Amino acid sequence: MRAPRVYKTEAIVLKQSKLGEADRIITCYTPYLGKMRGVAKGVRRPGSRLSGHLEPFTHTSLMLAQGQNLDVITQAQTIEGFWPLRQDLRRMSLALYAVELVERFTSEGLENPGLFRLFSAMLHLLGQAEDPESALRFFEVQLLERLGYRPHLDSCLRCGRAPASGGNYFSPSAGGLLCPFCRSEEPIVYPLSVAALQWLRRLQAVDIAEMDSLKIPQPQLKELALRAREYIRYLLEQEIKSAAFVEMLHQEEGRSRAR
Amino acid sequence: MNNHYIPVAKPVARLIEEFNRLPGIGPKSAQRLAYHLLRMPPEQAKALAEAILEVKERVVLCSICQNVAETDPCPICCSEGRDRGRICVVEEPLDILALERTRQYDGLYHVLHGVISPMDGIGPEELKIRELLARLRHNTFSEVILATNPNLQGEATAMYLQRLIAPLGIRVTRLARGLPMGGDLEYADEITLARALEGRMEMKGI
Ligand SMILES: [Zn+2]
Ligand SMILES: [Zn+2]
Repeated sequence: MRAPRVYKTEAIVLKQSKLGEADRIITCYTPYLGKMRGVAKGVRRPGSRLSGHLEPFTHTSLMLAQGQNLDVITQAQTIEGFWPLRQDLRRMSLALYAVELVERFTSEGLENPGLFRLFSAMLHLLGQAEDPESALRFFEVQLLERLGYRPHLDSCLRCGRAPASGGNYFSPSAGGLLCPFCRSEEPIVYPLSVAALQWLRRLQAVDIAEMDSLKIPQPQLKELALRAREYIRYLLEQEIKSAAFVEMLHQEEGRSRAR
Repeated sequence: MNNHYIPVAKPVARLIEEFNRLPGIGPKSAQRLAYHLLRMPPEQAKALAEAILEVKERVVLCSICQNVAETDPCPICCSEGRDRGRICVVEEPLDILALERTRQYDGLYHVLHGVISPMDGIGPEELKIRELLARLRHNTFSEVILATNPNLQGEATAMYLQRLIAPLGIRVTRLARGLPMGGDLEYADEITLARALEGRMEMKGI
């Protein structure tokens, strides 16, 4: 359905790019229009009324007017600015990673209100969770689920046997678990420990309300991050660029703790 | 205008293509500029061409502050009259011009040539941060003013720099938020910028 000439939508800003002298193209995610882009005029000049409401990962209420190519954002009002994410570099980097995931995995015009709710709840969680990194692993699992990429983890994809007690393998191309006997059936598989598998299955089932205080132990956290990265790389055929910055901050923090 | 194919003389097409590569210039503006140049007197066109060549031949990056200049070191880095205890870190050379117009600051500068933008794959290594840290280690500065733009990438860059500079024991300040979020420093008016300089504040450690 074509949107009417002037319309309103809730949106979470994903990214901005410069346009002309003082304008920006704003890419955002909406509950019913999927991903969309709009032009925000004059927002690069200080004093613009719109600019403060269109920063990345702001949850905002937009008024748009149909334009020739891109629609024009005529009004914007912040619903939630996610302030805690802007004051802490580590939380900010994790939020940018979440934003990039949504940006890469969603399409224009493809509505998914459930994903929108998850995304906005997630930005909240990243700002307040005791362990935001655990929260991010939860988001990866839930995002893939809502996009139809839920990995099969209950049994071996080939032989149907229950997961082996000494560790199994994850195949991005098959989209799930392979037991040690079937691992060579797929060209590329990655080891998946029993503890990490348990966490993955828990993250598939857990409610977001419980995520506030959930803390995945460091070794499994690392393992899950790697498996998610490989699976996402396979699905998108490219890397999530923000991951490099997240990783760099993590290493620098590790070094300064060691000093 | 219609969409029929109109043959364009090759040199004109080339000029349009070159203009089209410039920031902020779309296909329509590129065409307009190209046809404007066609109507220009030859001397004027020649002057423009020479100015472009001169910029590439005569302008260098100052090896100290990374600003664009005719000489290395640049006039600001050489100047006797400036306060050598303070250094102001900006994203782009144009930001220095904007700050100089306020006449409120007489310290030194450092140009990062960009901001941290993780989603675009731009990390600290892509910026002139290593050069900044070397300057801070080998000179005595009493204050570093972080004057990155008041938007997400600018804030991220400032927070990142604050972390790096804090262990050196130098006071780190950030331009006050008199500037609205999401704007570009190069468009700020002098009054707003002067106020922002006046009201800069200590950055709290993490
Ligand atoms: Zn099997
Ligand atoms: Zn210089």
